[in-house]
Amino acid sequence: MTAALALGDDALVLSHRLGEWAGHAPVLEEEVALANIALDLLGQARVLLSLVGDEDELAYLREERAFRNVQLVEQPNGDFAHTIARQLYFSTYQRLLYEQLATGESPFAGLAAKAVKEVAYHQDHAERWTLRLGDGTAESHERMQRGVVALWRFTGELFQPVEGVEIDWRSLNSGWLESVTAVLQQATLTVPAGPQFGAWTAGAGRQGIHTEPFGRMIAEMQHLHRSHPGASW
Amino acid sequence: MVTETLLEEELHRLAGSVPDPELPVLTLDELGVLRGVDVVAPGKVTVRLTPTYTGCPAIEAMSVDIERVLHDHGIPEVSVVTVLSPAWSTNDISAEGRRKLAEFGIAPPRPHNATAPAGGPVPLTLSVRCPHCGSTDTELLSRFSSTACKALRRCVTCREPFDHFKEL
Repeated sequence: MTAALALGDDALVLSHRLGEWAGHAPVLEEEVALANIALDLLGQARVLLSLVGDEDELAYLREERAFRNVQLVEQPNGDFAHTIARQLYFSTYQRLLYEQLATGESPFAGLAAKAVKEVAYHQDHAERWTLRLGDGTAESHERMQRGVVALWRFTGELFQPVEGVEIDWRSLNSGWLESVTAVLQQATLTVPAGPQFGAWTAGAGRQGIHTEPFGRMIAEMQHLHRSHPGASW
Repeated sequence: MVTETLLEEELHRLAGSVPDPELPVLTLDELGVLRGVDVVAPGKVTVRLTPTYTGCPAIEAMSVDIERVLHDHGIPEVSVVTVLSPAWSTNDISAEGRRKLAEFGIAPPRPHNATAPAGGPVPLTLSVRCPHCGSTDTELLSRFSSTACKALRRCVTCREPFDHFKEL
């Protein structure tokens, strides 16, 4: 099940990254919001990975090259604006993807119909923050712009068709571009120039090629389980 | 759905009367998460449960509680399965459930069009009423609160913060 693995790993890895904000978010409400979003994603990951095999084995005992998530979700949190840029790109993608899957006959239809309602809140959260930071102070504007630009090259990979995900990828891409462009413009931010695809862009996560920070992330995610096999409390 | 037998009806009532582990004022039936009880063989029962949110950790506590209640009622073999489809919506919370939420200090979700294609944060015109003083002059502090299913609001009139069971 390449498809369940790809979608499940996206949710699992982003969930872990968002969890890293616990204890570090700028305000208490954001601490709670990011943890809530992480929990939604973890729930989705559990359903998706369970379609493939044992969820714990898949999460904790696979090597880096066996993960099929896009490189966007494994990128380090950076500052808060950087995380919001990643959330904006990913939640917009995931909402449009689930919307399409929810209406189809795929094995993901049930989950997608449920999760799309959760993801709508994630997208709303990311859009509101993009507007506040982009159209905020000079400092917040600059940081938001920096995040938006830095992560742009990872967005092309979102629209590489995944085997077993029967959706219209072209309309997913155009819908995404339209939605993200509208938010960035309203936030007085510049939509990054350059194509999403091409030689200079990143992205082979779906083939198991990951960026350097991912190795360190899964080392932390997996070390407890690997150090104490079968432990429970 | 096939018609429930008398025994299934009784077991449904028992399982449905289990309190929600996070919101103990509500029963699972009032929350609308109990989808059905099937007697698959003598002494063997399957309970279908749907989560409010996909990642809701309370589902495990609910399952344990349901198993305990049905065991106590003489059913030796109980398995609780999670079903996702059709997706749960806050419209599934009963009128009695809404009344209890407000009494408990949590603003109940407003009825909404759950068949809207996207779901989620639909723009709503009805204001959220403060469960403490009844004022409709309240403001949103955060879409995310103590649990995934709640948002955090503040009453402008009495200044008290309160949880709002957000529409899904």
